[in-house]
Amino acid sequence: MKTIRIGAGLGFYGDAWGPIAASIERGDVQYIASDHLAELTLAILQKDRAKDPQAGYAKDLLPMLAQLWPLAQRANGGKGVKFLLNAGGLNPHGARAALAELFRKKGWHARIAVVSGDDVIDCLDTFERAGESCAHMDSGAALSEVRERMVFANAYLGAAPLVQALQQGADIVITGRVADAALFLAPLVHEFGWRLDARTPEEWNLLAQGLTVGHLLECSGQGSGGNFGGLDWVDIPDLGHIGYPIAEVSEDGMAIITKAPGTGGRISFDTVREQLLYEVHDPRSYFSPDVILDMGSMQLQDLGEDRVRVTGALGKPRPERLKIVGGFQDGWMGQATFGYSWPQAWKKAERAAQIVQQLLREQKQSIDDVRIEYQGYDSILGPLADSAQRDQLNEVYLRMALRTRDKRVADGFGRLFPWLALSGPPFVGGRINMQPASELLGIWPMLVRRELVENAVIVDVMEV
Amino acid sequence: MQVQLVRIAHARGGDKGDKADLSLFAYDAATYAVLKQVVSAERVAGHFAGIAFGPVERFELDNLLALKFVLHQALDGGAARSLRSDGLGKSLAAGLLRMEVEVPDGVAVRHAGPL
Repeated sequence: MKTIRIGAGLGFYGDAWGPIAASIERGDVQYIASDHLAELTLAILQKDRAKDPQAGYAKDLLPMLAQLWPLAQRANGGKGVKFLLNAGGLNPHGARAALAELFRKKGWHARIAVVSGDDVIDCLDTFERAGESCAHMDSGAALSEVRERMVFANAYLGAAPLVQALQQGADIVITGRVADAALFLAPLVHEFGWRLDARTPEEWNLLAQGLTVGHLLECSGQGSGGNFGGLDWVDIPDLGHIGYPIAEVSEDGMAIITKAPGTGGRISFDTVREQLLYEVHDPRSYFSPDVILDMGSMQLQDLGEDRVRVTGALGKPRPERLKIVGGFQDGWMGQATFGYSWPQAWKKAERAAQIVQQLLREQKQSIDDVRIEYQGYDSILGPLADSAQRDQLNEVYLRMALRTRDKRVADGFGRLFPWLALSGPPFVGGRINMQPASELLGIWPMLVRRELVENAVIVDVMEV
Repeated sequence: MQVQLVRIAHARGGDKGDKADLSLFAYDAATYAVLKQVVSAERVAGHFAGIAFGPVERFELDNLLALKFVLHQALDGGAARSLRSDGLGKSLAAGLLRMEVEVPDGVAVRHAGPL
């Protein structure tokens, strides 16, 4: 039976691509699928694009392919490895232009496809006229509450346009926002001829297996022993040379999750099931643009030697609406940190926080919220921190943050701290860290009938 | 016996908007049956008081020996607007593992001794 091997690329913008080299050179893969876009990443790229209209894509695309492309050409028995990447972010054509320039300089040749049409910020009025409310998916709040402050809105596209790009002979497919798992499902659909317009339970189940593969691989090392959430984490070998997961998928949908030989990390029942449920809400109804996945009957069989067999994904017909995630301006954050030593480190930090709050009240500035954290004590665990440790700390950093509609208030917040070094509680140590205002964004998820989005999706392939 | 979840289970946390999701995994079927009994949605909601302000949903996956908790209004409005150091709430999984539960004496303690 025909099998295809797909290797995991990046799990986020800023992730390491060194492990992908191992998958290409030693992992026998035909495809690398790379997820550069977390839910928040478009918020970062939007700020880039506001400064420079040529920007707005994940720039790690360029050094990553500069290193990996030559390796990819020699791999797969000389037939080459293809790439699918959502690194296009808010500007997939800009990403391709930059990549094409790199390839021309190097004298390399490739067919590079761009999938666009996910950026729907200018289509919200059209959607509303077509009868879609664009209300907040969870709270039901009306779009009008944030419409004027919306800075991006992108639909999660399915695998269809990516399959189309592969059918047109693309070696590299660059997309904007697509469902993360679609990057992995597309090569399976392309190679095996699975039907995206599935009509039978068997066909839905194939797509469900493909979606599962994508979900297991879309977070790079988190699928192979990284970020493992049990005390066994300490036994997972050689995280410094972790192998990102690789899926070996059969035409009948059966998948084996593994990694390149000689790499660190671990593929086991425990590491794979942690990733399987990651960011899944109802496991019997995990939505994607191409199929709804029911994990209730799935089996993960640990075959040993970093191999886990995945079977039993059940599929249900794809949803009639696509998810769109918008981001809207939601004020500014100002923040500062300030360190205190033993004795009574926490008590001093608490007193400093009280003084700063008092000043804020006296200044009567427009502030929506203030957060006080003690780093080294409760800044991560919050109310779940063990209070018995509070008065025993060697040292602690006070971190204060505020949210405000007024950028000047956020920018000025840090100036409430330095004077405390001479005129506040004793023994300020460590560096005073005052940060300039940073923009806060609220996330606005909504649902829109898929044809309203998909009719405007464009695939174009360019020979470089 | 009284035991902290970290000694009998492992966990991972994720985020979507203002929702945190926590997966809790037993290492064996007997422990899973106990977790199903003692780690209820209500118990988790109480545990995260002051952190998560909305309802908590629980889903069971017998085939994976896993429980899934979805905590609403749990991330200070979502990571891009949160004032928290752990804006993504990934460490809420560690918070869950701090929970003390009463379990029958036979339950396998995976990790004894100091943490």
